[in-house]
Amino acid sequence: MNHAYEISHLLAGVMLVTSFALLYQQRVAAVLNTFAAQSIALALAVAWAAWSQGRPDLFITALIALTLKGIVIPVALHRTVARLGIHREVEKVVGVGVALMVGLALTGLAQALLFKVTHGTASHAREELALALAIILLGFLMMIVRRNAVTQIVGFMSMENGLILAATGARGMPLVVEVSVAFSVLIALFVFAVFVFRIRERFDTIDIEALDRMRGDRR
Amino acid sequence: MGYQAAVPELYVSGAALGALAVAAAVATLVRGPALAFVYPLSALAAFALGAVDLHALLGGGEWVARLPIGLPGVGLHLRLDALSAFFGIVINGGVLAASVYGMGLDRAKELTPRVEPLFPLFAAAMNLVLIADDAYAFLFSWELMSLASWALVVARHTDPESRRAGYLYLIMAAIGTSALLFAFGGLAGPAGGYGFDTIRAHPPGPLVAALVLAAGLVGCGSKGGLIPLHAWLPLAHPAAPSHVSALMSGVMTKVAIYGFVRIAFDLLGPPAWWWALPPIVLGAVTAVLGLLYAVFDRDLKRVLAYSTIENVGVIFVALGLALAFRANGQEAAAAVAMAAALLHVLNHSWFKSLLFLGAGAVLHATGRRDLEGLGGLIHRMPRTAAFFLVGALAISALPPLNGFVSEWLLFQAVIAAPALPQAALHFASPAIGAMLALAAALAAACFVRVYGIAFLGRPRSVEAARAHEVPMAQQIAMGGLALLCIAGGLFGSVLAAMIAPVLRDLVDSVLPNSGSGPTAFSLIAFDPERSIYDAPVIAFFVAIASLTTLLVVHRLSARRTRLGPAWDCGFPDPSPATQYTASSFAQPLRRVYGAVVFAARETVVMPAPGDARPAQFSVVLVDYAWRVLYAAPSRAVLRLSERLNALQFLSIRRYLVLMFAALVILLSIAVVAI
Repeated sequence: MNHAYEISHLLAGVMLVTSFALLYQQRVAAVLNTFAAQSIALALAVAWAAWSQGRPDLFITALIALTLKGIVIPVALHRTVARLGIHREVEKVVGVGVALMVGLALTGLAQALLFKVTHGTASHAREELALALAIILLGFLMMIVRRNAVTQIVGFMSMENGLILAATGARGMPLVVEVSVAFSVLIALFVFAVFVFRIRERFDTIDIEALDRMRGDRR
Repeated sequence: MGYQAAVPELYVSGAALGALAVAAAVATLVRGPALAFVYPLSALAAFALGAVDLHALLGGGEWVARLPIGLPGVGLHLRLDALSAFFGIVINGGVLAASVYGMGLDRAKELTPRVEPLFPLFAAAMNLVLIADDAYAFLFSWELMSLASWALVVARHTDPESRRAGYLYLIMAAIGTSALLFAFGGLAGPAGGYGFDTIRAHPPGPLVAALVLAAGLVGCGSKGGLIPLHAWLPLAHPAAPSHVSALMSGVMTKVAIYGFVRIAFDLLGPPAWWWALPPIVLGAVTAVLGLLYAVFDRDLKRVLAYSTIENVGVIFVALGLALAFRANGQEAAAAVAMAAALLHVLNHSWFKSLLFLGAGAVLHATGRRDLEGLGGLIHRMPRTAAFFLVGALAISALPPLNGFVSEWLLFQAVIAAPALPQAALHFASPAIGAMLALAAALAAACFVRVYGIAFLGRPRSVEAARAHEVPMAQQIAMGGLALLCIAGGLFGSVLAAMIAPVLRDLVDSVLPNSGSGPTAFSLIAFDPERSIYDAPVIAFFVAIASLTTLLVVHRLSARRTRLGPAWDCGFPDPSPATQYTASSFAQPLRRVYGAVVFAARETVVMPAPGDARPAQFSVVLVDYAWRVLYAAPSRAVLRLSERLNALQFLSIRRYLVLMFAALVILLSIAVVAI
């Protein structure tokens, strides 16, 4: 029974590693591929949780994660990027080194917080929750340190991956909630996509600093 | 005591309050002719409410009711005890006078849907504050009172000064109410019992009690005009129509004092001696500064508003002394100080309402409020002049009028204060006495100036020369109040006996030796040997002395014809500019006090010989309280908000950074704190 937790920790750890990988990717296409890898790892983690906890409804969650986030969204974003012609490097606000150091500190913070808050509960759930919180914080960090609109979308959905991981680790949310979360993310994706196209139409770039320049703000 | 819902008194009160609400609603909806019916209805309702209050005070009854409206599960607790009943008499007396005055308003010209629907609402809200028996009901009716009075202040919203007054009033009312919110939060304690009976049963600890007292002082002091929370009052009170000004100044400030008495004497439990210091010190400073403002002001209604500030200060001094005596177990002296406070509340409501109604009559007759444009009104408005004179004499605390009774009791309490054991109170009491004496003298100077400039001499403007007497209803309102001022002065001992139940409730004692004087109308503070005031006897001798002087002067002056210089024709220069003006009358006081307190500077511009321009004399006064306590903080807030305004125009990424930083900081705090 013990290796069930080890495998789930392994998969969550893979997701955390991909989160760090997202922080240092240089090209848009690579960012999307890394995100797809993270989503597939999430699908595997959820599926493993479904099998080991004996909760078949979680297989549906895993399926949603795999098809939507592992395949549909990355492919859609790849196409968008191709149509917009932005295979270039991703503009960053801070350097890769700084971003990784901050990410490391956030992971430590997540561990410290979860270990304090869940003091006295079963250790495997604590570690899983700590990893999930770290993934959420890293997703947020990615939204901040990137200037490209596409990478902000990816950061947002990486946060959502962390949320689903936390939900399955902590005895699971009802399926209805997950479905609605998935749909809300999909809607958010559409909104983001519309914005990206509008920005592109108007400014010939999807660097969001262009918006600031248009408003006459200082950087 | 106990749950007694089915008593006729409650029905009468409820019906009267309902009538006020209906009057407000009908006047709002129907307008036109319905506006004129507001005042008779309000007068009837105020009479009924006042009668119930009087019955409760004299009969010693206490009624409790709980209505199933308001907060779910809590309801609305109402209670009429001796204290509420006493303040109810004060308030409904003022409302009655203002309503009678309102009946004399010109239906075609002076009634507007901006004033008349709010008048009964304002009156009902003040009554509700008094009978509220839980914190929610209290704060709700308090806020209703604030909002109704604010709407009355901005009734003439086309006048920028009116708008400014309303704005300042709204801010100060919000500050005051939030302070009261904190006070009741502290009183309710962690258990959250917001009913007054629960609060009474569990008085807070010493630290919480100190905070509650401070919050209560801010909340009630800002409504009453305690310096330094006074700045809105001299702007807002005069901005309303005059009979509403009378209500705000004469009555609403009393509701503020009721709030403080309810918190400090009833809900907070047994006092500590140092609770007395803030009300005493602030009250004394308020009394002196309020009158200094009044003496230098040229606007008739603003002078009256500043004088209200002074009287509120005097009442707070008396309340502070009562707290000090009570904390030291000197019940008799506490009763004297409390009686002084309560009687001054009653008396001030009478003479300040009278004076504001008089100012309203002057405004009605001349259209002017500035003293420099008035003069000689005693010939054109003889009755108003007579009533105003009674009010001016009463507020200057001259015997045998009612102002003297309460001031006399207050000085008796001040004289007894050196017997207090604490060094701070011991040494403060002579200084307080001196400041109160100064305030009393300044009050006399102030009202000599107001009466002399407005009613005596010759008219300083065409409007003043064409003034006419006001309608009968308004004369009746002023006359009734003037009669009350005289009667209250002559029969002060009767009033003191009437408030005995309130004193027993608040300070566990009544005036010692009351009723043991030579006549039934002798007011005795401590013992009949040393401290006794026999108003009818004094009045008799004052009358004899005045009549004798009058006769002698008349006889001597009329005995023979005098001869004067031919070119003067026996008359002084006919130009009204040769008279004393309001500013020139105040000049000696301005030279003595103004230079220090207001940094007064006088400049004379004398044109060169041959230059046709008139010479100019100008005075500049600096209001330090405004500059330091209002202008500086408001500038700081503006500067801060300008800085923070940049936060409204960040990029999406910067907002995300802010959110992320907040999240990380909160998580870190959680890590450290848990």
